[in-house]
Amino acid sequence: MSRPALYGLLAEFDDPTALVQAVRATRAAGYRKVDAFTPFPIEEVIEALEIHEKRLPMLVLLGGILGGLAGYALCYWTSVIDYPINVGGRPLHSWPAFIPPTFETTVLGASFAAVLGMLVLNGLPRPHHPLFAVPRFALSTNDRFFLCIRSTDPLFDRDDTRRFLERLVPRQVSEVDA
Amino acid sequence: MSTPRERAPIIGPGHTFGTITDKISAVVLSARTPRAWWVGFIIGGALLIVMLNTTAYLILRGVGIWGVNIPVAWGFAIINFVWWIGIGHAGTLISAILLLLRQEWRQSINRFAEAMTLFAVACAGLYPILHLGRPWLFYWLFPYPNTMGMWPNFRSPLIWDVFAVSTYATVSLMFWFVGLIPDLATLRDRSQSRVGRIIYGVLAMGWRGSARHWKRYEEASLLLAGLCTPLVVSVHTVVSFDFAVGIVPGWHATIFPPYFVAGAIYGGFAMVMTLAIPLRRIYGLQDFITAKHLDNMGRVLLATGLIVAYGYMSEAFTSWYSGNQFEAYMMLNRFTGPYAPLYWLLILANVVIPQALWFDRVRASVPALFAIAMSINVGMWLERYIIVVTSLHRDFLPSSWGMYSGTIFDWSMYLGTIGLFLTLFLLFIRFLPMISIFEMRTLLPQAEVREEEP
Amino acid sequence: MSQLRPFDLEALRRHLAAEAGAAPWRSLDELAGRPEFIEFLNAEFPQQALALDGEGVDRRHVLKLMAASLALAGLGGCTRQPEERLVPFVRQPEHRVPGKPVYYATSAPIAGFGVGVLAESHEGRPTKIEGNPDHPASLGATDAVLQAAVLGLYDPDRSQVVTQLGDIRPWSAFVATMEGVMAAQRERRGAGLRILTGTVTSPTLASQLTALLAELPEARWHQWEPLGRDAARAGALLAFGEPLETRYRLEQARVVLSLDADILGAPAHGLRYTRELVRARRGAGAGNPRGRLYVVEPFPSCTGALADHRLPLRRCEVDAFARALARRLGIAVPGADDPTLARHAAWIDALARDLRAAGGEVVVAAGEQQPPAVHALAHAMNHALGAVGRTVEHAAPVPARWEDEAASLASLVEDMQAGRVDVLVMLGCNPVFTAPADLRVADALAKVPLRIHHGLYDDETAALCHWHLPEAHFLEAWSDVRAYDGTASVVQPLIAPLYEGRTAHDVVAVLAGQSGRSSHELVREHWRQALGVPDFEIVWQRALRDGVIEGTSQPARSAVLRGDVATRLPPPASTATDTLELVLRPDPYLLDGRFANNGWLQELPRPLTKVTWDNAAYLAPATAARLGLANEQVVELALGDARVEAPVWIVPGVAAESVTLHLGYGRRRAGRVGTGIGVDVQALRTRGALWGGLGLTIRPTRRRHRIACTQDHFSMEGRDLVRRTTVAALADGAAHDDGAHEPTWNESLYDPYPYEGHRWGMVIDLATCIGCNACVAACTAENNVAVVGKDQVLRGREMQWLRVDRYFDGPLDDPALLHQPVPCMHCETAPCEVVCPVNATVHSSEGLNEMVYNRCVGTRYCSNNCPYKVRRFNFYLFQDWNTESYKLGRNPDVTVRSRGVMEKCTYCVQRIEEARITAMQEGRTIRDGDIVTACQQACPADAIVFGDLNDPSSKVAAWHRDPRNYSLLAELGTRPRTTYLGVVRDPNPALAKDRTA
Repeated sequence: MSRPALYGLLAEFDDPTALVQAVRATRAAGYRKVDAFTPFPIEEVIEALEIHEKRLPMLVLLGGILGGLAGYALCYWTSVIDYPINVGGRPLHSWPAFIPPTFETTVLGASFAAVLGMLVLNGLPRPHHPLFAVPRFALSTNDRFFLCIRSTDPLFDRDDTRRFLERLVPRQVSEVDA
Repeated sequence: MSTPRERAPIIGPGHTFGTITDKISAVVLSARTPRAWWVGFIIGGALLIVMLNTTAYLILRGVGIWGVNIPVAWGFAIINFVWWIGIGHAGTLISAILLLLRQEWRQSINRFAEAMTLFAVACAGLYPILHLGRPWLFYWLFPYPNTMGMWPNFRSPLIWDVFAVSTYATVSLMFWFVGLIPDLATLRDRSQSRVGRIIYGVLAMGWRGSARHWKRYEEASLLLAGLCTPLVVSVHTVVSFDFAVGIVPGWHATIFPPYFVAGAIYGGFAMVMTLAIPLRRIYGLQDFITAKHLDNMGRVLLATGLIVAYGYMSEAFTSWYSGNQFEAYMMLNRFTGPYAPLYWLLILANVVIPQALWFDRVRASVPALFAIAMSINVGMWLERYIIVVTSLHRDFLPSSWGMYSGTIFDWSMYLGTIGLFLTLFLLFIRFLPMISIFEMRTLLPQAEVREEEP
Repeated sequence: MSQLRPFDLEALRRHLAAEAGAAPWRSLDELAGRPEFIEFLNAEFPQQALALDGEGVDRRHVLKLMAASLALAGLGGCTRQPEERLVPFVRQPEHRVPGKPVYYATSAPIAGFGVGVLAESHEGRPTKIEGNPDHPASLGATDAVLQAAVLGLYDPDRSQVVTQLGDIRPWSAFVATMEGVMAAQRERRGAGLRILTGTVTSPTLASQLTALLAELPEARWHQWEPLGRDAARAGALLAFGEPLETRYRLEQARVVLSLDADILGAPAHGLRYTRELVRARRGAGAGNPRGRLYVVEPFPSCTGALADHRLPLRRCEVDAFARALARRLGIAVPGADDPTLARHAAWIDALARDLRAAGGEVVVAAGEQQPPAVHALAHAMNHALGAVGRTVEHAAPVPARWEDEAASLASLVEDMQAGRVDVLVMLGCNPVFTAPADLRVADALAKVPLRIHHGLYDDETAALCHWHLPEAHFLEAWSDVRAYDGTASVVQPLIAPLYEGRTAHDVVAVLAGQSGRSSHELVREHWRQALGVPDFEIVWQRALRDGVIEGTSQPARSAVLRGDVATRLPPPASTATDTLELVLRPDPYLLDGRFANNGWLQELPRPLTKVTWDNAAYLAPATAARLGLANEQVVELALGDARVEAPVWIVPGVAAESVTLHLGYGRRRAGRVGTGIGVDVQALRTRGALWGGLGLTIRPTRRRHRIACTQDHFSMEGRDLVRRTTVAALADGAAHDDGAHEPTWNESLYDPYPYEGHRWGMVIDLATCIGCNACVAACTAENNVAVVGKDQVLRGREMQWLRVDRYFDGPLDDPALLHQPVPCMHCETAPCEVVCPVNATVHSSEGLNEMVYNRCVGTRYCSNNCPYKVRRFNFYLFQDWNTESYKLGRNPDVTVRSRGVMEKCTYCVQRIEEARITAMQEGRTIRDGDIVTACQQACPADAIVFGDLNDPSSKVAAWHRDPRNYSLLAELGTRPRTTYLGVVRDPNPALAKDRTA
């Protein structure tokens, strides 16, 4: 009597409005391990899921500061400490000339932080994911909107949760194998 | 700002999420390629071969094959470098600055505008390396520990260039790629061929449109846009420093940074226009790149064009007002010297002709816009020619005055990089969605979440 | 002609193996001599037999082959000292240290006259020529031609082997042939023997020839020197009834008048006269003229550029001018002043008064291209002014036999035409190219059964001769020569002949049946007898060391001026104004074309015209305007029935209605460099018009011939570049009286760099620079500067580190001529350094702006940012890395630059370091004067000073304090280390038109 373990249940909707309402209902029903999958970003969904997270901006700030310091340090160390030499009678520490490179390294550091930070926090790249096993999930990158309740949610019950989801009138509900 | 056209839709009627996906991804996924694409690709490829041959000969013989001399030690190479970099800037501007300004109309052109940036920067990047007397030592411009124990000279604008251009290229690439991820996922899920699924799959890095991902994704995009905006300004500022930091009359001017940045956007938008107009025609994308887009771009051209014109005027004014005999002669020489015809041609192409954009009818006429865009492409190239050549060929000591003219190899190199650009660009529109699918979806009315009253 | 045999490589191999280790050039000579080698060649090139009219292509094959044989021998470019003992200038040979150059005193024969030089030798390879301070014609200075002699020595196109009808023959074969020939001639007392040389001042050669002629009384010796001084001789005959040399003591002169005489530019004495005149002028004070210079000339010369008053006159009008002036000096010259001079009456009067006022301390010099009458008048005026004995002196002729050379050549041609010549031996001359066209030397040659040519190159004459004997370059030969004042010096070799070169002494010895005797022996013997001193050995040693033989200068002697000189003058030359005038001049550097294959000289910008690699029809702007001619337009010039096509080049300062052409171009067989360059104007040069004449007609064509000019723009555009003043104004404290000057900005946000140790600097005195370009040539020789060729000069890529800018100022038809040598300024706040991305050009602790070749990647940004544009870039691989012989001539102390790197003046850093090392060894600091840069060393005008600005006692510091001192483009705040002393002229107050304003 062994039905395979589940990753969660996946409900498919036709348009953003339906999805948003579904998400709100799900949250209202007390589900927490919920996620939505959409072909484009939808503010309301994100609000409805109450996702609050501020780590990325911090990372970017950090990256920028580090990049800037590294850039100026490079200019200073090479021209003043490691190989001091009279260039056109200008002072060794020609700080105004060091600013452009410093600025560029600042931007570079921040940008790397932004991109890599986004990917890492999103757990990407991730070649495979249980959801990909659901054939219709391919439409999530086209014109369908999905809601997924994870099996790890305390309230999760294979049948109750399915019934709950069906009450939200999705196109259909499919099981996602772990 | 309320002409009827202003309220015109930025996306054609009757579209759904599906039709957008189909229409745009079809260009990439369908087996057949338009004849026009092949024609362009053959031309581009041929020019690319010209470039490769020129490069080989250049490295074999030396930069002497070009027209450069003393006193005009910089020629086509630097002119084209500045020209290409300038073109690149429009892409970043459209994708970054207009994003911050929440200009939704940008979303149908930002993808290929960014691609244009990348390829333009690639073309630009070649020149500073190839114009070296000893190109194989280009890496000496990078700060790396070496047996000579030497470091680059951080006081030199050329080193600033190295940092600015390489940063610009890297960041633009990342920005562009991040923008592609959701569409790559779309292609992954729609591709019929196994190979396609694998390649797009790998590139999509397992994107699945999770709301959490979307949040961070949006954050990252905004932050990158915020970073790219000062970056793009800094890049052309640094490029202008190559001249402004020099003491050569005609180079040593404080107006240069703003004047160069404006010029870059000006030239860049002209190039976007030059690319967009044939594209929407060939791929029937009039629904996505609408008359409104062309109209807006026309306005941007007009605005930036006026800033550039102001640059020319202030250059002339300061050279007279400074009372410096060298500056004064430099300007007089531009007006009446041996290169005067080029200067006046530049004024015609960059200042006079674009004034037609004041008229709605002109901004509504596709051929007119295309003609003006071409005129600006030429004009911006001439501007750089005037700045580089006429300033150098008659500087301080009349005894060392000389003349400069490009050789056949200068031209073949120039055409060659155009070939490189064309080839890369055509490959891009063949294998990647030239319009951002997921952003187009958000433009549909259906994308709005309707809050029904309780 | 040896019969063809299957070519025997084995023999050659064996032979080469035997040679292994020996010096290649020597072995080359020997190789060439070896019978098996000759047969080898014959087997290889049977067509050699009919190479008489060949275009030298075959020769080139032969050269290639010899190069190959060298490769076989596996020997690089090392050389071997000659067997004869040389005496070093300063140190004894055993003192020689590898890497330390040794200097030998020798003498360079240019157009027959010697100029003493010190040749620098690195491990036995002459690399550089310096002037010999002990030699009267040099006083330590050199000119461009002398500087380029080193390149001439290593010229791979120099003829290398004895040839008969183009066949390579051993010297012995020639000797054998001549024995037979001379035997036959002795029968006929030499009736069929003719010898043609240039002007011979060599005592040894003269005595050899005299002896030969004594033995063969019927034989004749003719002289033809294309730059000859027939007019000077004829003038002397007119004035004194005997040929007398005229010498000047310009150092004492208060007023100097040059009647179309380029006294400062002439090869024989230009260096000395420049030194003397410049010294005189430095002593000038207000109202006390010293060496005030008046120049009357048709074409601007270096002398004219220095003039305080220059009057552009057509060549034909100089005669009339001289007569007019003579009349004002109380000489009863019959006739009245030429009407064409009416407009210059005031000028002539003022000049006459100035000359009179100078109390006999004057010099009136007549040009060698002026007719005898002008020379006679000059003598008359010098006498009338009482200059003789003060500033002018006369002496016995310097040439062994001073004759009318044009006549001498003519009579030779006559004999040839008449078939009276069986054997013609031509020593070191090229009459087929240089003889007056109307003599038709080539045709006459055809009538001579046996023609022998001895010369440095297989030239136009050699091509028409049966035998060609390679001449030894003076740096590889033993000989002797007299200077302009008669001072004899020994020409001693620094190296064994690179090729199979022989001296004229060797050839004459063969004629005299003394083929066994080396020229060293001959020269030494001659002087042993000539001097007849008991301790000859010591005298000889000293002569070799000092470069001069004591007491050999012609003593000044009194000369009686004929009372009736004024009346015996030939009728004045026509000054018809309705026709153009042709003026022929030797090229400033190629002279009559003998140096046409010298790349350094070809690429050296001509003074004032700045034209390289070409000669042209130089004419005044007014003339060009009247004829509607444009620069580079090819025109057909016709004089009589002779026609020549030449490009037009417009030069301000040329006399109106006068067209100047330079000789020496259009060589047909000069070598890879010189052949076919420029226009051959010899067709216009006839006995009647040796140096030009009236009646020239110009027909414009539609064709254009590009001219590689290194300075197209000749106006200063009202910029403050060359500052000027007059002696009078200077006395009133106006260091620069030519208007306001840009202020100097030296303020800076940053503290200036401290230079505690040495602070090298240079000052260039524009008041004395005559623009002769000797400094440029010296720099080229010292710093291994590459020759780029006409095409690259046209593209503005010449490589000379130092250039002499010239500006014309004032009216186009009669402008002031200004020179400004521009080396690297070594700015303390160098704009070039700041912009170099890889730190390839940086400052030394002593303030040198250093170029680090091996770090340079070639962005060329430094050149763009250099306001003086003194940087030079290797756009291609300009240096010749392949030609073996050039490798010998390079200065081992200076990097040979490769493609893609920037280069520029280094202040001769190698010389600075050498001085530093010497000073260290001697445990002292560098003294002022220890360091002499190449340009400074060559300069005949003492216009360049280099030294330590931190040493207040140094000369350079003193010149820095001079009120005339200024920095070029000072307003840019570059703080140049190279500064200038403004031009000073001493115009005659009586002449309203101030030439410096």
